[in-house]
Formats: sequence, structure tokens, C-alpha cells
Amino acid sequence: METGDLRGAASAAQVHPALLFDPHEDWRRAFDPCIQCGLCGGACPLAHAMDYTPRRAIHLAREGLLDRVLQSNTLWLCVSCYTCTARCPTGLKITDVLFPALRDAAINAGLQLPGEFKRALDNTYRYGNSLGEGPRKRLEWTKGAGVPVPVISQVRRRVEVLWLVECYPSYHLRNQVQAQAMARLLHAMGVDFAILGPEEHCVGDCERLAGERGLFESLVEYNTSLLDKYEYDVLVTGDPHAYNALTRIYPTITGRTYPIRHYVEFFARRLDALKPLLTHRIDARVTYHDNCCLGRMCGLYDAPRALLRAIPGVSLVEMAFSRENALCCGGGGGGMWLDGVIWQAAGERLSDRRIGHALATGADILAVSCPFETSRFEDSLKSTGHEGRMVVRDILELLDRSMQGGTPA
Amino acid sequence: MSATSRDVWIYVEHLRGTVAAHTYELLGKGREIAAGLGGRVVAVVLGEGARPLVATLGAADSVLCVDAPAFNPAVPEAGVAVLRALAEARAPRLVAFGATSVGMDLATLLSARLGLPLVVNCKDVRLEDGRVVAISQMCGGKLLAEVEIGGAAILTVLAGAFPVQPGMSDRTPPVEAIPLPTPLEGMSSKMRRLLEPEPGDVDITKAEVLVGVGRGIQRKENLALAEELAGLLGGTVCASRPVIDQGWLPLNRQVGKSGMVVRPKLYVALGISGAPEHVEGMKDSDLIIAINTDAKAPIFDVADYGAEADLLEVVPALVEELKAGCASAA
Amino acid sequence: MNIAVLLNMVPDLVEDLEIDASGTALDTQWMRYVLSESDEHALEQALLLKGRLGARVTVLALESGDAEEALFSSLAKGADEAVKITGVSPGHSKRALAATFKEALKNMPSDLILTGVYAIDDLDGHVAGLLAGMMGLPFVGVTRSVEPADGHVVVQKELPGGAAVEIEVGLPAVLGVLSAPQPPRYVPVAKIRETRKSRALVERVTAPVQPDGVTIRRLFKPEPAERATMLEGSPEEVARQIAALLRQRGLVR
Repeated sequence: METGDLRGAASAAQVHPALLFDPHEDWRRAFDPCIQCGLCGGACPLAHAMDYTPRRAIHLAREGLLDRVLQSNTLWLCVSCYTCTARCPTGLKITDVLFPALRDAAINAGLQLPGEFKRALDNTYRYGNSLGEGPRKRLEWTKGAGVPVPVISQVRRRVEVLWLVECYPSYHLRNQVQAQAMARLLHAMGVDFAILGPEEHCVGDCERLAGERGLFESLVEYNTSLLDKYEYDVLVTGDPHAYNALTRIYPTITGRTYPIRHYVEFFARRLDALKPLLTHRIDARVTYHDNCCLGRMCGLYDAPRALLRAIPGVSLVEMAFSRENALCCGGGGGGMWLDGVIWQAAGERLSDRRIGHALATGADILAVSCPFETSRFEDSLKSTGHEGRMVVRDILELLDRSMQGGTPA
Repeated sequence: MSATSRDVWIYVEHLRGTVAAHTYELLGKGREIAAGLGGRVVAVVLGEGARPLVATLGAADSVLCVDAPAFNPAVPEAGVAVLRALAEARAPRLVAFGATSVGMDLATLLSARLGLPLVVNCKDVRLEDGRVVAISQMCGGKLLAEVEIGGAAILTVLAGAFPVQPGMSDRTPPVEAIPLPTPLEGMSSKMRRLLEPEPGDVDITKAEVLVGVGRGIQRKENLALAEELAGLLGGTVCASRPVIDQGWLPLNRQVGKSGMVVRPKLYVALGISGAPEHVEGMKDSDLIIAINTDAKAPIFDVADYGAEADLLEVVPALVEELKAGCASAA
Repeated sequence: MNIAVLLNMVPDLVEDLEIDASGTALDTQWMRYVLSESDEHALEQALLLKGRLGARVTVLALESGDAEEALFSSLAKGADEAVKITGVSPGHSKRALAATFKEALKNMPSDLILTGVYAIDDLDGHVAGLLAGMMGLPFVGVTRSVEPADGHVVVQKELPGGAAVEIEVGLPAVLGVLSAPQPPRYVPVAKIRETRKSRALVERVTAPVQPDGVTIRRLFKPEPAERATMLEGSPEEVARQIAALLRQRGLVR
């Protein structure tokens, strides 16, 4: 079984100016239309802790004072929540262009990078995942699934679903159970699926947002040729960042689109087949957190809610700031690797603030659909002193419980 | 070089007037090996001000002491020049050093200068039909190599490999005081000064003993317990992220993914659940002892020893035990 | 000033290590190698000296796929020349590796030779000290800083517990670096890829070296401990057991 190797990969990919900063062009020109209205800084959940708000960073960059921004904490506080991009009246790509470009400039200027940030990038380059785990360990989680999990290089035929498990669900203790739940659901629905196994590498969305342009390009090259090797009807993933990159970014580089679905869409479209399997009640008030990639970026608000409503006994309540207005958990775009820096600057984690919104609904369960979020929100319950008041579950875990029985908590 | 004797030499490492604990481990083991070889165990103590240390080396059959002004064997050139001269004259069968920053340099340079084989990071040394067999620990403890040594050799030994007791004795050993065999002036390495760590400048990555506190410590006031334990163990207090977040300890004490990676000899985990982000920062510690009220806490998957107990009860009891132990030793 | 940095590739512990059929060596089928951590620091130390003195930095490594990556990465970070040494495979012996480096360094006059200490696969010593002994050069290992001065360097060698000893070393000399004053710099992937395209490695063929040194009679893995040994009893009893453990290991008197 191949494990794949990023190093020595072919030369640079074509760059579409709209969604990626072009290292050969002056990316600052893309911000010429900025009218300095300040909506970005006003909307940014961490602007209060930044030395320069996004608006001021754009202003300084345009005035040739980029150095000042690079020396500031601004570029390390962005968690890619896309709120600024969603609000900008001029349609500027602040999240996709400004912050990655600033970080790229910092990296190339040889500035000292935060330790965990560097480690995450080194790990991705060496092992194809930011956690620094070995490629062969990608299959560990399958042992506890209770159903067969075929690996496509061994199956050697066209499959209906090529499932991109991605890194946290494969390796992180808290997320492996979610991958196992998804395997059981797919199996119970009779879906013909397979996974990539040890060959799988990160799709690279967070590395892109972290400003490591060369690393993202090599991941794009690697993943495009990997996906070309196999035949499948659809690609399904549980990782909103992988979904985001394959939906919006990869096509601008490769000129090709991918039949990519997040599991919320995939299961929602097959609710007829799924609903009969949800035989056990989960009598609970459930509130759903809209993550940034599925939500603000890609507009998937109804599918996850449809899935939750399909579970007998679930009563769905909305928390404040939902859908387009949801507050980010703070993990995206390198946020998972900048925790210490953000904490030091802001004195809080966004997930702590968000858990407050969830608790205010009086719900028993906070449902999520992004692997970063389970641990982040569970941590927040503890650190805000509310452990035991509610539990955090991925929608996959709730569907699985409804299918199998047993307590959700 | 004269024909190899059957003597086992133990390099006595010392700092600020105290002999390192591992030296006694080596003396104890050295006695055993020397007896098996039919030779003697000789303690070799070098450096300015070394003479008074001889009194603690009673487990050795004899002591070679080179105490000369401005002589610091931590300067590898100087230490090896002296060791080489002594070894060439007396041909020991084995020369054992502790696997420390001092011992490793001396052992390696000496091995090259004398042309003798060297085995580092030994976890065990024993005799098999008159041949010395050493087990060396490699790859962060994931691999062990069994090596046989026919003739004379040099070893460095991991601290904690052997018990300390057999190396301690009240005897006064016979001492041979030897003048510097080569003058220090001609050497290309010159000792300038000893640098003490800045007080209050805590670098947990350098600590040999760490007492880690997690959420289970419950209140800031309980940190004093951890501090007291750390003090008795000659270590430092560190913490998992939640404790640092509370502001109970400064950021330079954080262990884990967003903090520091530490590899101390001993890591005592108090009330730490063992989330992957924390474990990442301390899993390579030599000995991990964990106390947590939750038997299912993942920390027990990475610890060597554990107890499902309340740290607020165990730690005070442990502090008393350690104090009583010190009292009876004194 | 001419500085040579010697790079050691060591087993990457991310994947489990397997022992081959002979029982005396590692099964290299799935193994990857990674640059020894302290060698990264040695390179960083060399680059810092280059930045201050305009020294010329040459890195050397034994040929292998993983080593090439390390060599190109070093060039991308700012090394002036990268040499891959071909024609030898010293096996597990650092003594043989040191002898190989000594051969490769012939006709390459260096004021300072830097390499890391405490490679995870050291069995018969570390390259730094062995090389110094073979070349008859002054040596200090476990350094945490190297300050240049007139015709010599002043190094700080770490001692247990955070103390250090400051030593003046005449040049030429070999230094075993533990850590550089600042963390090894990050080099962007784009720069490494560009370097691979634009720079070439210098090849140096070296005569095979006699692999003297220790023979491994048996290579084995320790008993895997799945879980902690749990201590039972009242808090006092647990405390007694812990104290006994610590005394037995010499961690407390």
C-alpha cells in the first residue's frame, strides 16, 4: 500500500488571482477597491485584540508600510471565520488573500513563527497531516468501526463514494469515534464506499490559510493526481475545510471541479434511506452550531438541521447568532495551531464565547459538524465551569446513536 | 598500553561539592562486575576541589584523585587528557561514566583517543562467562541493543539503571592523589567560568524532575502542595493548558501542544486527564507517575505507574514520606 | 571563516520500528529517516555565525533519499554548498560514520566543524566527539551557544540542572551542538522546491571505511506496557509505594 510522498513533486501550479494571492504579482493591488469602511474590523471577532484591524492592515499595506503589519500580532489572530469577507461591501477576499499573503510575507521575511504553527506545517510537509502522525496509522480507527472499511487501492474498482476521512477523524482520539459512526451509517445504508487509507494527505485548506503557499500547492498536486488514480461517483468528506478547499479553491487552480459533498448534504439527500434506520429516540433539546466553512462560505444551513430533525425525540432550538451570523469556534485557518498566541492576545477563546450562546438556549446537546469543534467546545464547557450542563456531539454520533441505541451522553 | 587489568573504573561526576546520585549507582554495579572479573573497582575523581569528595566513595576499593588548581574536567580536553594518561598507564578493563552532558563528552573523546570501543546509554551491564554484556537503549527507549564486549571498553550508563544503595558505604577508601599529568596551559580549550542558572528564570525543558498539575488541582491555593513536592524532588512545577489559562502559573510553565515539549527523568502528573494535546508534550519522559480520580483518564495509558486517587490526599502523604525518608538518611 | 556542518539521518520514530529477520538490525522496508534534531540546531548555529561573520557554510551528509531533502533544505535556509557523500554505508556505527566524514572533509579546510549531539540511534558514541578524537582536534559537546572571537570561539556547554560552563576553544575545532541560541528557522516549502530546481548537490565519493566498533548481538523491543501499573490502597499506602519507587530509581535519597 502506498503512503505517498510530497517531496520532490512537480513545479508550481497555475494561480487564479481571485482566490489565491499570486506571489509574482503585487497582491496589494487586489485591495485597491477597499473603501476603508471598517465593516471588516467591526465584524471580526478578534479585532479587539489585534494591533491593527483588517481595515488598518489593508491601509498600511497600501501605503507601503507592510513591515509594521508583519511585526504586529494581527496576522496571527485570524481564524478564517470569513465574517469580514461576508460583510465586505466591495467583495474583497480578505480571508482568502490578505491574511495568507501577510503570513507568507512573514514566513519569507524569516520572522520567528509561533512554535506550534511551525510544527504543524513541518508535520504536514513530512507526513501529510498537521498532527505529525505516521501515514500507516491512518487505518487505526477502522479497527473499532465494527463494519468493514474498504481501502480503494485494494478494492481496485469504481466505487460509489470515495470517502475522504481527513486528518483529525483519522488520528485524534475524540474524532475517531465519529469516523467509526460514519462508517456504520454508510454501511447500514448500503452505500458502496471506500477510503484512501495511508495514501491520504491533508487537503490543505488550513495550510493555505496559514500562508504556506508552496505547501498548499504541493498538496494540491499530490491530491489531484491521487484522485485521478481512482474512479468514483462522488467524494464525501466530514471535514468542512476539505469541503471548502475542494469546492471553491482547487477548481481555480486545476480548472476542474470535483463531485464533493460534505456528509450533511450526502445524508440529507438520502434521508428516505436513512430515516427508517433511526429507530431509537434521543429525547433532548438540541442546538446546532453553524461552522464557518459549511455555513458562511458554502451556505449549507438546512441540511444539518434536516438531519437533526429526522432523529425521533430531538427538539431543535436555535441559538443566538446562527446561520450567516454564527460565531466561529476559533479553530480554522491555523487557529488550531495558534491557540497559545490567540489566548495570550485576546484572553479568551472564541469557543468559550460561543458556548455561552449554546448554554443560553437551555439545550442538552450542542450538535456540531466539524471535527475541530467537539474538543474545542468540550474544553470550553470545562474552562467556563459548565461541565455537565450540556454535552457536545457531532451529528454523526447522534445519528449513529439513534440507529444503534444506547445513551447519547 | 600495558596489558589490560581487571579493574573497573567509575568516573565520579560532581558539581558544587556534591557527587551525582548516578555515581553511586555505578559504584554499586561496578563492585559486582569487578568481583566477577576478579579485579577492583576504582573511583576516579577529577577537578579542582575534588579531594573532600573522596569521603563518600567508600564503596570503591580505591580512589584515584587528581585535584589541581583551575582544573575542571567538564572541559573535555582537560578531562580526557588526564583520563587518557591515567588509563594508558594502568589499563582498566572498563571505564564507566554516567550518560550526562559531562560523561558523554568525556567517554566519546576518550574512546576515540584511546582507540577503545564505547557503548552508550546502557540500561544494564552484566557478565557472561567473563565477557561483559551491555544493553543499550536506543530510539527514545523503543529499541534495545545487546552488545558483547570482549576486551577493554568504555561505557556510559543511564541514570536510574541500577540501585543506589550498593554504592554507598561508610568506609574510608584508600586514596591515591596524583598530580596533573599534563599542564593545562598548553591545551587549546580553556575554562572561563561556571554559569549558574538565573534565579526565577525557569526553563522547564531543562528540569530533570517535573511535577505537572492539571484541572484536578482545583484551586490556586492547592498549587502549594505541588510546589512542596517539587521542592523535595529537586524539581519544578509545570502545568497543562487549563491551569495556565486560569493564570495560576505563567506561560513558561505550560507543557503540551501549545506549550513546551519536556523530557524529564521524572514527570509526576497530578490531576491531569491526559488529553492528546498535553500528552504530546510529555510522553517521552523517562518515568511518568500519574494521580487522577478517574480510572479511565487517558493519562494512565501513557504513565508508567498510576493511582486512582485524590491528589489532595496522596500528595500530602507523599510529602510526609519523603521528609521522613530524608530524616532517616541524615 | 569556513564552517562544515555534518548531518546525521536517524530513524523516524513516527512509524513503529521493526526488527529484521536476522534479529540484529532494523527492517528498513517501511522506515523513513529524519534529520537528527540537534543537527538542525547545529545548522542554525552555523547560519547564525554566517549572518554575523559572513562565514561560508558547507553541509555534508551521506547519500540517501531523505538526506537529499535535508541537504536541499539546508541550501534553502542559506548554506553555501551541500555535499552528498557516496559510496559508503557505515551501518549503525557512529565510529564508522565519523571516519567517513573525516575522509570527506579532507581537502576541505574548516575552521569549525559543527554537528549535533544525542542522535537517537547513537550506540557507540556521538559523531562529534569521535570525529574530534580521530582528527586530533579540540572538542566541546552539548553546546548551547557559540560566540566568535579572535582566532577562537567561546562556547557554553550545558551542565545538569540548567548550569553551564563557559569554555574558550582554539580553532580549528569540532563542536557538538545541543541547541542554537534561537530555534531552527522555518524555510517555506516554495523555497525548498525552488532550490531543488536551481541548485545542485556536490558529490564526493569516499572510500569505504572499515566498520570497526561494537557488534550488535541482538536487537529487541522492550515489553510494551499498554497501561500504567496501578498502585492500590489508601492514599498513605500509595504514597509509600511511590516513595519506594523513587528511592529505588535514585530520584530521591
